[in-house]
Amino acid sequence: MEFLSPSDYAKETVLAVQEYSLLAWRAVTNIFRHPRYVADTLQQADVIGVGSVPIVVLTGLFTGAVLALNAARTLQQFGTLALTGQLVSIAMVRQLGPVLTGLMVAGRNASGIASELGSMKVTEQIDAMRALGTDPYKKLVTPRVVASVFMLFFLTIISDLCGLTGGWAVARFQLQLDSHQYWNNAYQSLAFVDVMIGLANPLFFGFIVATVGCYYGMSARGGTQGVGRATTQAVVWASVLILVVNYFVSQLLLWLF
Amino acid sequence: MPTPVAPDEKIAGGAEQSSQAAIVFENVSIAFEGKTVLESISFTLERGETKSILGVAGSGKSTILKLVLGLIKPDQGCIYVLGEEVTSMGEDDLATLRRKIGMVFQESALFDSLTVRDNVAFRLMEENVPEEEIDRRVKEALRFVELENTLDKFPAELSGGMRRRVAIARAIINQPEILLYDSPTGGLDPVTSTTIIELILKQRDVYHTSALLVTQRLQDAFTMATHYFDKKANQMRPLPAGAHVDDRTTFMLLRDGKVIFDGTAQELATSRDEYIREYIS
Repeated sequence: MEFLSPSDYAKETVLAVQEYSLLAWRAVTNIFRHPRYVADTLQQADVIGVGSVPIVVLTGLFTGAVLALNAARTLQQFGTLALTGQLVSIAMVRQLGPVLTGLMVAGRNASGIASELGSMKVTEQIDAMRALGTDPYKKLVTPRVVASVFMLFFLTIISDLCGLTGGWAVARFQLQLDSHQYWNNAYQSLAFVDVMIGLANPLFFGFIVATVGCYYGMSARGGTQGVGRATTQAVVWASVLILVVNYFVSQLLLWLF
Repeated sequence: MPTPVAPDEKIAGGAEQSSQAAIVFENVSIAFEGKTVLESISFTLERGETKSILGVAGSGKSTILKLVLGLIKPDQGCIYVLGEEVTSMGEDDLATLRRKIGMVFQESALFDSLTVRDNVAFRLMEENVPEEEIDRRVKEALRFVELENTLDKFPAELSGGMRRRVAIARAIINQPEILLYDSPTGGLDPVTSTTIIELILKQRDVYHTSALLVTQRLQDAFTMATHYFDKKANQMRPLPAGAHVDDRTTFMLLRDGKVIFDGTAQELATSRDEYIREYIS
């Protein structure tokens, strides 16, 4: 492993932030510039969105179920078992749904994007694309960013619904709670700010997943080993950034509303 | 005593030369991570000329091709391609210019998720050319490289030589004004290498495209200078004995990032420079 002096490390870090910011900026501004790759965007929406449905459904379902299971133990002590629906609902919609969906999609797609673009980079396919007169940021980055932001929003809604369903299954069949009471509690307890936080966060998470994946893919070098390194870093940084941004966006929205 | 030339006249002369030539490098230098790769190199590629760039590994040959395309920018100097100054161009203008240039990469750089047909048609699909027109031109380009039967294959299903031929078909699909070949015969067996050189020669003699050919194989460059493409027989033939060696094919030799030779095959063969004599022996 190569050791860097503190000044070289600082320079590399600043350069990486600068390059990531430029990539993110170009990804956004390209949305308003021709040519627009609609077919590529739809294909990526299928890969990123539809392809992630099974893991998002399973994650949501079991998170909601385990949440109801653990909550019931505590609520029972205070004789408020009927509030299980409320607890599952707020926890899933406000935080766990968006964050877990973001993390699952980061694990699946940030790595996929980084390895795909990384392989293209080290085999000169990105240079070949530029040589053929096509801007790889327009053709490869922007469709992935648009698809990721758009699909993560809907995946989060699916995850929230599955979480509530998992919670209901535990409440109904294990805790013997009334279904109507559970769903009514779950629905009535949700305030506008809960839904707002829950649906605003995925927009940022989708952007993070795609841009971090693309950044590490486009800057991969050093053959297959470099691609592997880029893939790992993409997942790690996308996950960390999701958790950090989740805190700040939630804080901001709570302050605003 | 020679008449002094006014600076304005010099500039006008330089600009005129730049607009007529296919490629002009003027005192171009570039360094990577503190290591100088090209140091103040200047050369001109005339229209219709094929220039073989020779030199040992790491001498900056491939860097020249990337500079021509504007894939990287020089630290110093000016580069004119088809009369346009590429060093100061933005990415959108460069993309327009690149459509007039074909490039064959060292390892082919075919898009591995696309079929041969889509690889060759990539440029046309980006320009929204109608499907029938694309099919016709793809077949024409693949016929040129004698790979008409590989339309639906993926690059992974082809041999190294076939991939190189598909890369040539992709580069010539829209009849570019300049072709750049980056070690097109590197890593290939002698028979396949000859096939590739024959294709490059065919492109030179049939379409008269200006070209830069980067190679480490001296015999490839000399074959280019001593052979011609016989259209009737559809094959490469040596120039008849006593015939003038083709002076549209020139040689440029790089050493330590500097141009140490730029001239014809005849001049290269008769050079008295010790390094050059050792290199060509």
